[in-house]
Amino acid sequence: MRWLLLKDLQIMRRSPLLTALLIVYPIAIAVLIGFALSRGPDEPRVAFLNQVPPDSPLSVGGQELDLAGARSELCARIECVEVSSEEEAREKVESGDVLAALILPPDLVEKLQTLAGLAPESPIVKVIVNEEDPVKAGLVDDRINALLAEANLRISQEVSDVATSYLQILLDGGDFSFLGDGIEILGLRRSEQILREVRAQLPPDSPDLDQLDSVIRFSHLAAENLDVADDLLDAVSQPIKVEKETIDGGTPSLDTFAIAVAATVTLMFVTVLLVAGSLALEREENAFARLTRGLVSKTALLGEKILLGIVVALAVTLLMLAGLGFFVDLDWGRFALWLPAIVAGGAGFAAFGAAIGGAAKEVRAASLLAFMVSLPVAFLSLIPSGTVAPGLYDVIEVVTALFPFDPALRALTGALDAAGPSIGIAILHLAILALAYGALARLAVRRFA
Amino acid sequence: MTAAPTAPADAAIEARGLTKRFGERVALLEVDFAATAGEVLAVIGPNGAGKTTLLSILAGIREADAGEIHLPRGAIGFVPQQAALYRRLTVAENLRLFARLEGIADVEGAVATMLDQTGLGDRRDDQAGTLSGGNQQRINIAIGLLSDPAVLLLDEPSTGLDPRQRGRLWEFVLDLAGGGTTVIFSTHNIAEAERYAQRVLVIADGQALFDGTIAGLHAAEPGTAGDNPDFESAFVRFLAERGH
Repeated sequence: MRWLLLKDLQIMRRSPLLTALLIVYPIAIAVLIGFALSRGPDEPRVAFLNQVPPDSPLSVGGQELDLAGARSELCARIECVEVSSEEEAREKVESGDVLAALILPPDLVEKLQTLAGLAPESPIVKVIVNEEDPVKAGLVDDRINALLAEANLRISQEVSDVATSYLQILLDGGDFSFLGDGIEILGLRRSEQILREVRAQLPPDSPDLDQLDSVIRFSHLAAENLDVADDLLDAVSQPIKVEKETIDGGTPSLDTFAIAVAATVTLMFVTVLLVAGSLALEREENAFARLTRGLVSKTALLGEKILLGIVVALAVTLLMLAGLGFFVDLDWGRFALWLPAIVAGGAGFAAFGAAIGGAAKEVRAASLLAFMVSLPVAFLSLIPSGTVAPGLYDVIEVVTALFPFDPALRALTGALDAAGPSIGIAILHLAILALAYGALARLAVRRFA
Repeated sequence: MTAAPTAPADAAIEARGLTKRFGERVALLEVDFAATAGEVLAVIGPNGAGKTTLLSILAGIREADAGEIHLPRGAIGFVPQQAALYRRLTVAENLRLFARLEGIADVEGAVATMLDQTGLGDRRDDQAGTLSGGNQQRINIAIGLLSDPAVLLLDEPSTGLDPRQRGRLWEFVLDLAGGGTTVIFSTHNIAEAERYAQRVLVIADGQALFDGTIAGLHAAEPGTAGDNPDFESAFVRFLAERGH
């Protein structure tokens, strides 16, 4: 078997394009993923046109709202591109220079101030977006909706706070400013107290007692009921509160998952294509019949191809991880776990490649078949639960369990990060798949001669 | 069969009742034959007759559904119709690889011998894919001879070769036979069978119709030997009269 392995490595060395791809591909993937991970997601560029007259203090119910602070907070989460007119904003959106444009109308402050009054009017903020493709449309909608929802929440909380302060004055009394004049409000509790004092001074047979009792009762009930209005207003300002509970223990970081995905994709393509092509090449070169007529058993030949896949998979994946190590911190302390995960993944993909090579018989057909089968399975394996209908997800789980990508991804994620899934179960899964695909490949090569 | 095969006492290889089916199709039906050491036997017949199937069963590539084969003590060398070698490896690397797989003790010695016999010593470091079809066929045969087999099986060995290359090939093969190697080859080229084979085995639709000498086949077709000495015409008439 070692002579065949040596022969295959010699043939690979003599195929400059293949060898270059095997070296360049993982490095290119490593560099791309590394850049993506180390730079982090960019802040969306949004054109910002503020038409609110300068020095317009925003006061709701006498309470000053910090407009400048709100703007700073907004621009910390997006990259605000200041524009001077709506036309300029529109041009920037159309040219793709910015993702969207946010235009604050001149009457923003004026209308916001009415929210705490008797004739509230909602201000309208104009958003210009360029939804040139569905992906961008979704991204823009999500970002803008999230920003506006947060702004609405902040304002409604401010209004709620103002309303609560009004109620408090109504209950307990105090100073209230109206049209620039200070007014002293007595308050329901103080009114009740004064009425009770007045009642105590009246003679028992006073005809005013009944009416006075009615007013005292009203004051008491009103004070008691308005006392719970604080909580009600708070609830209205933020009807739903979120309490997040993580069910499935720790999860690996997004960086680790992205590295594991990149490594698994590399492992898949390199191993499946190499083994499928190498096995099909034995037939294309007419060497299969010569080899298996007593020199090497068909099972041993398949074993050699799978070993070739594992050896190359190990070298290429380690090369890729080493490349990624320049960009992100990898836990090299878990290196001992990387090896079994890569070897098991390589074995699963190699056996899968052997089955494809055995079925296709020709190198070009084997390569095409390997791509056509591997790529959709990889995509299916990356669909998270809850994003498709439950029945469909069950089907996807069954399908992906039949291919090595999903367990290989789990094995690599678990090997790279302690918070990842169980590496043992994933390796066992891969071992079963390797045996099953090995058996299929053995059946397929019966038709080879 | 027209001429019943009589297994010679010194048969190097002998097959009895070989039968092979591919699904419903009968590729070989109870084929018997034998060949002695140093004999050159041509297996001839129309396309799809079962010639390659017979050789692949003798070579151990396929298993017969029924029948038995008595193999020689030495190894069987097999040379498939299309060159079975690695085109990205050099001539020497191909020979070295198969010598190692054959378990030959003196690998480099065997490689040197084959390079000498095939006359490809000066091309030893050239990749096989860069050689002409004729030279590739010479490596193909050399690989089949690495184990110094007692019986050499050649499947359509001269296909794709020009007359000069064919001449060199047959010179080489007849030298081997002269050294005691039994040579069994299949061919479409009736003239080639007539010229180089000592005996012919005629197969059609999986059945062995004739096993004997060229003269024997002429004799089986009364009139052809005298009126028309052309062996190919006699062969065609032989098949036609038997419904093939």
